[in-house]
Amino acid sequence: MAILTEEKKEQIDKIIEKYDINDGALLMLLKEVQELFDNSLPVDVLDYIGHKLERPLSQLYGVSTFYSMFSNKPRGKYIIRICESPPCHLMGSDSIIDCVKRELGIDVGETTKDGKFTLETSSCLGICAVAPAMMINDQMYGNLTPDKIKQILSSMH
Amino acid sequence: MSKLYRMNVLVSSDITDLLQGAKEVKEELELEINKLGLSDEIAVVETGNLGFANKGVVIYVLPDNVYYGFMTPERARIVVNEHFYKGRVVKDFVISDTLKDNNKIEYAINKTTLPKQKRVVLRGCGMLNPDDIEEYIAFDGYEALVKAITEYTPEDIIKIIKDSGLRGRGGAGFPTGMKWEFTANVKKSPKYVVCNADEGEPGTFKDRLIMEGNPHLIIEGMAIAAFAIGAEKGYVYIRGEYAQSIEKLQRAIDQAKMIGFLGNDILGKGFNFDIEIVTGAGAYVCGEETALLNSMEGKRGNPRVKPPYPNTAGFNNQPTLVNNVETLANVPWIINNGADEYRKIGTESTPGTKVFTLLGSVNNTGLIEVPMGITLKEIIEIYGGGMKKGRTFKAAQTGGTSGGIIPRALWEVPMEYDSLAKVGTALGSGALLIMDDTVEIPDMLLSMMKFFRHESCGKCTPCRVGTDVLVRLLEKVVNKEASKEDVDLLLSTSEVMNKTCLCALGQSPYIPINTSIKYFHHEFV
Repeated sequence: MAILTEEKKEQIDKIIEKYDINDGALLMLLKEVQELFDNSLPVDVLDYIGHKLERPLSQLYGVSTFYSMFSNKPRGKYIIRICESPPCHLMGSDSIIDCVKRELGIDVGETTKDGKFTLETSSCLGICAVAPAMMINDQMYGNLTPDKIKQILSSMH
Repeated sequence: MSKLYRMNVLVSSDITDLLQGAKEVKEELELEINKLGLSDEIAVVETGNLGFANKGVVIYVLPDNVYYGFMTPERARIVVNEHFYKGRVVKDFVISDTLKDNNKIEYAINKTTLPKQKRVVLRGCGMLNPDDIEEYIAFDGYEALVKAITEYTPEDIIKIIKDSGLRGRGGAGFPTGMKWEFTANVKKSPKYVVCNADEGEPGTFKDRLIMEGNPHLIIEGMAIAAFAIGAEKGYVYIRGEYAQSIEKLQRAIDQAKMIGFLGNDILGKGFNFDIEIVTGAGAYVCGEETALLNSMEGKRGNPRVKPPYPNTAGFNNQPTLVNNVETLANVPWIINNGADEYRKIGTESTPGTKVFTLLGSVNNTGLIEVPMGITLKEIIEIYGGGMKKGRTFKAAQTGGTSGGIIPRALWEVPMEYDSLAKVGTALGSGALLIMDDTVEIPDMLLSMMKFFRHESCGKCTPCRVGTDVLVRLLEKVVNKEASKEDVDLLLSTSEVMNKTCLCALGQSPYIPINTSIKYFHHEFV
């Protein structure tokens, strides 16, 4: 498979060496590997990791589809995750989601054509004091308004 | 040793403050202090959340005991020049609730104006620099650990925790001392201590603020627990979204290792204990302890069938003690002050304090720590500063999304596990969502049920299918298309789920649905 070049394999091997999966580190390992493949874990990559770790592909595939931070499909450079829990809902998160959809021309779960943004929703981000809130990659944003959304997105273009 | 300053300026710098410009305020303070040549006299310190949520960036000036709100770089300049340099408090910027008795400034959150507030868990949060172990030590930090290892046996500690009446703060309220004893009694090693920091309950961020504001408290609590049950390894499972908590706690662990409160042969007493952080990857259900253990083992976060309980077969099938962040944060105080002192706080059946996150239509949203048994009315009126202007109290959801929705008629019920259970709701995680007269209960319920549907792990049928049925029925209610049969089906479906689901996720929808239909029936048909 084209994506699994020798170079990528070497990078995966290095990540595998860093973590002890019997010590609770599988999710952290997968998170790091995911960064090598457009924020995703394609099945071939999981298969390769499975052989290295002596874990069945079914387990790794199961894990990759269970947690919302993983995806089997390539995602954008920036993953936008808008909180849609009740406290944010109460503060108008619906209009924020609509605004991002309009601005980027994508629906929840989709990626922009230029591969830059993926839109997802998230459960509570724990920053309810500044609801409505969202996360872009590791960065949190709060007190969102449609204007603020436009400003944030344009600063990333 | 840390240097002594004539004045300390604490800048509240948790993630919500940073989002509101705390970093810029801090930089401006330092710049201006430097300009006036005061850098040797005044220290600017980043701390955890100071307990205010809708006051913008807050700074706290010590020893003057002044709180400034809505700070901006411009305001920072004025405060430095007027207050720090000329000694005149800038009254316009002082948080008004802390101004009482003709300009005598009092601290609203700590103690003076509000006698019922009691800080056990949040003690130190916002008062000390979470990045510096020395400040924690100066705040009696690690005293309890030293006392535990040098003066007590593991049996003594378990007895103290049992006598204190401490109950798990993750939501279930199980007696902590018993959990410790069960795990200690299992003759199998290695044993593990796991701190559950997978705080995902909507509206809850107490654990995040403890981790960001006083991370050493958790390390100390875990080390004492490990000593008591005979574990040498601990894990903190933090949800992946909490990047700042992960960073702060990791730094604290590194410092504790360096000083020797973690590692081999702690205090020369032959006790070994080490902590590692494990991060989650976005799954609410992993807050359930057996799902969390599966997740740590690199599996899908499906809950396990209990028994066996984690105390006999937990992480990697070994005896494991799983405690919530807030539970562990109570431990050092109890060891330092004794079970009897702890029992003086709170109620007979639930001693101690509870950290609540107060949200919704009140004037002051934020984090408070109060004795168990305080009423909802008191929380809203005293700490919440009453309802927002022009709004009246309609309902409150206690305990996060899994908690019940109670009307005004019940707002004098004491906030503790047993009293709340009697009226059909729960103390849960301590999230309090206050709803005013403009909120439609079915609409809120629908948002909650969509949440449960999304987060259901899919392992057991009543939950996987049931959560979807609940959403569909509630959509009918919201669209005013529901018949009486639909509402009956809504209630009975959630009741069946409550009785048959494997874990709290599927069991929970019944609680808000049952209370909503009971207290706000007219909104459903």
